[in-house]
Amino acid sequence: MQQVFCEFLRVFRAFLDAGRRDKDMSIGNKVIGLVLGLLLTGGQAQALTLDEMAALSAGDSDARIDTLHKQVVKADPALLGFLQALENDQVKLVNGKPVLLDDSGAAHDPLTNKPVTLPDDAEDVVNNNRMRGALDAAIASLQLRSADVAVRKAAVEVLRDAELDPAELDMISKAETRETNADIKDMLERIRSRLELSSPDSAVRIRAAQKLGESDRAEIKQLLADHLADGAEKDPQVISAVKVAMLNIENRIARYEVYGTLFSGISLGSVLLLAALGLAITYGLMGVINMAHGEMMMLGAYSTYLVQHAFQVWWPSMLGAYVIVAIPFAFAVTMLIGMALERLVIRHLYGRTLETLLATWGVSLILMQLVRSIFGAQNVLVENPSWLSGGLALSSTLVLPYNRIAIIVFAVLVLLLVWLLLVRTRLGLFVRAVTQNRRMASCVGVNTARVDMLAFGMGSGIAGLAGVALSQVGNVGPDLGTHYIVDSFMVVVLGGVGQLMGTVYSSLGLGMLNKLLEGYTGAVLAKIIVLALIIVVIQKRPQGLFALKGRSIDG
Amino acid sequence: MNSRRTFIKSMTAIAAGVAMMGSGLTAFAKDLPPIKVGILHSLSGTMAISETALKDMALMTIDDINKHGGVMGRKLEPVVVDPASNWPLFAEKARELLAKDKVAVVFGCWTSVSRKSVLPVFKELNGLLFYPVQYEGEELEKNVFYTGAAPNQQAIPAVQYLMSKDGGSAKRFVLLGTDYVYPRTTNKILRAFLHSKGVSDADIMEEYTPFGYSDYQTIIAKIKKFASEGKKTAVISTINGDSNVPFYKELGNQGIKATDVPVVAFSVGEEELRGVDTKPLVGHLAAWNYFMSLKNPTNDAWKKQWAAYAKAHNLPGASKPLTNDPMEATYIGINMWKQAVEKAGTTDVDKVIAAMAGQTFKAPDGFTVEMDPKNHHLHKPVFIGEVKADGQFNVVWKTPAPIKAQPWSPYIPGNDKKKDEPDTK
Repeated sequence: MQQVFCEFLRVFRAFLDAGRRDKDMSIGNKVIGLVLGLLLTGGQAQALTLDEMAALSAGDSDARIDTLHKQVVKADPALLGFLQALENDQVKLVNGKPVLLDDSGAAHDPLTNKPVTLPDDAEDVVNNNRMRGALDAAIASLQLRSADVAVRKAAVEVLRDAELDPAELDMISKAETRETNADIKDMLERIRSRLELSSPDSAVRIRAAQKLGESDRAEIKQLLADHLADGAEKDPQVISAVKVAMLNIENRIARYEVYGTLFSGISLGSVLLLAALGLAITYGLMGVINMAHGEMMMLGAYSTYLVQHAFQVWWPSMLGAYVIVAIPFAFAVTMLIGMALERLVIRHLYGRTLETLLATWGVSLILMQLVRSIFGAQNVLVENPSWLSGGLALSSTLVLPYNRIAIIVFAVLVLLLVWLLLVRTRLGLFVRAVTQNRRMASCVGVNTARVDMLAFGMGSGIAGLAGVALSQVGNVGPDLGTHYIVDSFMVVVLGGVGQLMGTVYSSLGLGMLNKLLEGYTGAVLAKIIVLALIIVVIQKRPQGLFALKGRSIDG
Repeated sequence: MNSRRTFIKSMTAIAAGVAMMGSGLTAFAKDLPPIKVGILHSLSGTMAISETALKDMALMTIDDINKHGGVMGRKLEPVVVDPASNWPLFAEKARELLAKDKVAVVFGCWTSVSRKSVLPVFKELNGLLFYPVQYEGEELEKNVFYTGAAPNQQAIPAVQYLMSKDGGSAKRFVLLGTDYVYPRTTNKILRAFLHSKGVSDADIMEEYTPFGYSDYQTIIAKIKKFASEGKKTAVISTINGDSNVPFYKELGNQGIKATDVPVVAFSVGEEELRGVDTKPLVGHLAAWNYFMSLKNPTNDAWKKQWAAYAKAHNLPGASKPLTNDPMEATYIGINMWKQAVEKAGTTDVDKVIAAMAGQTFKAPDGFTVEMDPKNHHLHKPVFIGEVKADGQFNVVWKTPAPIKAQPWSPYIPGNDKKKDEPDTK
């Protein structure tokens, strides 16, 4: 009898793995296939009955989870597919009886695989968070038997977070002995240690505590603390082992926390840098107070929206690439607008700071209203492409979101490009020459008017690039620019007018300072403190932190 | 300007429709002037994400009432204004509606700060405001009918659910909100409630961000840290407006799963999640008195009507029409006001207020909701839903019947002495 059963299990496992490899096969079909397979191989004795399925799908959570635990320990082969169907909302109840849906939404009887018509009053199976957590854990513990390393790895990661029943210790140990992959084995050992902390053998407890000390997870620290808290632990050796383990975990968590603050500081700094870089050229180098700078960013963000929209309409399959296309597009759009602005407005106001300020402010209002009239006053929807969603998990507490990493990289690239442009190209040479001494440059034959126009266009174009980046982290609306204009001026003024590197230092410094303070004081107060500090610094050093030394810029 | 134009267009369409239908419907009496009703919702700025849909829903309801013969044979004429998420402007626009346009009633406001800003105007000019959004309570005005939830119809049940076994037996709470009167007051009530349940101050973290805030990195990191320092943690979010989009984006990107740290929101519904990838957010919660996913014939018909209206008027988002709780409250409010006017036989504010008491309406939430005879609040059912991968909500808990509102929360000291009806001066 046992032989027959072992044979059956082997067949089933092979079948299951085949099913998993075949990605196109829907979960519903898989279950149906499984059940059929079971009937054919004469495994009725182990097959999940309709009543058991119903008990898993309806009733109060306590009873359902109880049934679930019982079924998982039985290691019933038909269970996995059914649980996955439950997890994916592919089970409906008709008069209390479960019916399976396949991916196309067609209904099948779970035992006979006969198509059934789904009545309108079919009830959804409702899984709340608790139920879903239990389902995840159950599915994961069943998947530990999978032949596919990736599936096993994912399963262990789920189990690491899940609450485990002490009854599952046996199953985990078995999986660990069976396991060939070193990483998975190590993780399983940690999971086992969690359960073994309540073992009656003190040597086992010490070993478990030592193993748990390798973790970087605060939950584990809590688990260890709880173990000591109730006073049940009497063995001094175990107590000291637990304490050492807690200390280790604490150190590791503290380290990741520092990394986390550093990252968010750099991330904010890179956003500020992008926002201020264009201004560093128009204000820092050319001395134009451009109040419409924020609106250039806004236009850059709207250009991104337009490109996204075009992709949605014409090339939906390539949607992920829209951000890449949006970069040159936004640059071109804002550069042209910037150049037009210089030609039509700013050119006539050089040297008249106050009038420039007022005129560009007016332009900013016009641009905002224009966008409102064209796109509507509501925010438009710019979605992250899938490759910018999610994050890189360095530890359980530290996840670096991809969109922020991308912005940091992007900021560095833009900075590099601007620097090369200013230092290595003829235009850059002219810009610097005009900046240092406009009259002299003009005398030696530099067309200062043209240089002004191009430099202003470049500054606006870079603002457009900042808009592309901002569209990936924040909301895109007509007043996007107003949120950043103050910050941009702050960065440039603090960094020192006429200095690119000053802008870099001050944006990173401000970002870091802001995030560091936010941790202690909250978002609102942090901003106030930063502003107050800037006022103090500017009073002490009106030329900014990193001003050009020597002859004055205004020449 | 735009809305005015579409409005004129829709009115002409309605008029043409009515004329064509001829004898089938009551034709509007020729010599009776239309009844003007004001619509006061932000159509720009940070709150536009939430309030624009309410304006459209109000227009649809008015459109519908006009199609069925108007109110007492008179047509309703909506006057739409945009207070632009600017609180003092709300008061200015309210005054304009009441004094200049002489509207019979105003449907509007979302944030409590905007309601507080228009209150003095409504009191001074004896206007009538229908407020369609859940709020913090602590208010009972003769000139206002509250068709959204009071704290005991939303916030308190939601926290009770989080503390229950099914909700994850949360022991620690993060109270996260936008910095203004609604989140501050709600959190005050919730803190008192949590104290009464034995939760100590060390297990409560309170955090506020400004309107329109968009960088949630540090706050999410803080939540993670707080959650890892002790027992099961839940986040109660009273973030309002478009900040919710970056908040939920960051939540998804940083991988906070609902099974570990559930986030329950009081101002996030189907509409706010429109712009968010909801796959990483599955299982996070919202508490409301209505969800689009509710299954009942009234809701089905209402959703169909809305989809048809959105399509016919080419509203943004018409390709994926969504309904939500404040839209339902708007719909109920306008219909109840109509019933009250018909009962009173006049649009006179005081007589309509008297006629509102005890009005009932078969609502899309599947119940016949009733306006309390005294306290100007609706009796509403409470639902708690979990976000699904498609941005809809899965109802995981509900009250068996509508419950009565307690605008004066018993968890704030001194409230037991306050009367459960507005002062009539």
